[in-house]
Amino acid sequence: MIATPAQPVTIRFTVNGEPCSAKVLPHYSLLDILRNHLGLTGTKECCLQGECGACTVLLNGRAVDSCLVFAVEADEGEVLTIEGLGSKGKLDALQTAFLESGAVQCGFCIPGMLLAAKYLLTTNPHPTKAEIQDGLAGNLCRCAGYYRFIEGVLAAAEANP
Amino acid sequence: MKSFTYARPDSLNEALALVEEFGPKATILSGGTDVVVRLRAGRVLPAIVIDLKRIPALRADIIEIDNHLRVGARTVMADLVADARVRSRFPALAEAAHEVGSMQIRNRATLAGNICNASPAADTAPSLLVYGAVVNLVRSTGTRSVPLDRFFVGPGKTVMERGELVESIDLPLARERRGSAFARATRRRGVDLATVNVACLVKASGQALFAYGAVAPTPLLVSDESGRLTERDCREEEKAGILESLISHAAPISDVRASDVYRKALLRILSRRVLGSAIARLQSQEGLS
Repeated sequence: MIATPAQPVTIRFTVNGEPCSAKVLPHYSLLDILRNHLGLTGTKECCLQGECGACTVLLNGRAVDSCLVFAVEADEGEVLTIEGLGSKGKLDALQTAFLESGAVQCGFCIPGMLLAAKYLLTTNPHPTKAEIQDGLAGNLCRCAGYYRFIEGVLAAAEANP
Repeated sequence: MKSFTYARPDSLNEALALVEEFGPKATILSGGTDVVVRLRAGRVLPAIVIDLKRIPALRADIIEIDNHLRVGARTVMADLVADARVRSRFPALAEAAHEVGSMQIRNRATLAGNICNASPAADTAPSLLVYGAVVNLVRSTGTRSVPLDRFFVGPGKTVMERGELVESIDLPLARERRGSAFARATRRRGVDLATVNVACLVKASGQALFAYGAVAPTPLLVSDESGRLTERDCREEEKAGILESLISHAAPISDVRASDVYRKALLRILSRRVLGSAIARLQSQEGLS
């Protein structure tokens, strides 16, 4: 594939289980496409340097900072955003646990935090407190609600087999 | 961000032709965790960005071959950290790869990319150096292998020539007993660049290798051949003397992360610490579980 600044290319990928396509220029990030073209604004734009984790999504099953991925790189890929975390009308166990443990304050970091936590529980269904701290180290919360995130992840992990 | 031409070659030959054609005007995209930040900041303005992620010949796994572990050019940090062979045989590398960025970064960042950036503070470089890692380079006319201690030239500079790409990185599997460890100091826990990082490897023969990061223009490999550091009767003062003479090779600068004096002080402490961990592992024959 060759894409130039003058000529957009069409990428095809799956977002939250739905096949999508988008016309993109080479420098568009995956984050740009999700927010500005697909209207999925749950994924937050913040530091744009891979430091804060607010733009975390799962790409082909792995947690990544969508600000550090070009849209063209997601071509033929599978993306999960916060909008696809629960199923229709039903919250994911992590979302419920975050609500019950009072983990959500201003809410800005929560979509990224939840997807990082989702990935952590997929790779490690019963993490220790230290492993949760390590797994969420790439997600900053300016309300500093870290303690409740750990509680929330521990609570959600209890339901895991 | 200024736009650019993006190429996603499907084959190694196609990629090699592009890097040969564009030379320094090309930017290589692999994990992108560093490159995308630099592109966004306008610190690099390439004519073309060449994405290596769809080239089957550049592997994304770790294989055992000819008494080596071979880490493919596209292998990411998360997969290094999780690999049982790396954890048991090259624990200092698993520890270093685990310190890189965050979980999200480790899911994208490649070992080859970390080396090609040639940052004096690259977290994986000291561990790779004490293990005697070899970088396998490929170009359209052939291949060559460069030991990592001859790979770095200066900050951001390597011996790689126009038209070359990293194909893989080899880690020699040792027969002799050894112990190794990695440690680093940062201003804050979590996502930060190393102020100083150190890897240490001690062999049953008593030889001790240290590699320091962020204290010279390139990661620095030094060794002590006296055999004294692993001896039980080696007193603290004698150890300190040997470590001090090794540390004297470091020439740190003062920058935003630390002063030169502070870096030397950290180097002293971290050297003692990794030596202790490496000796404990040599004695227990254990890597990371």
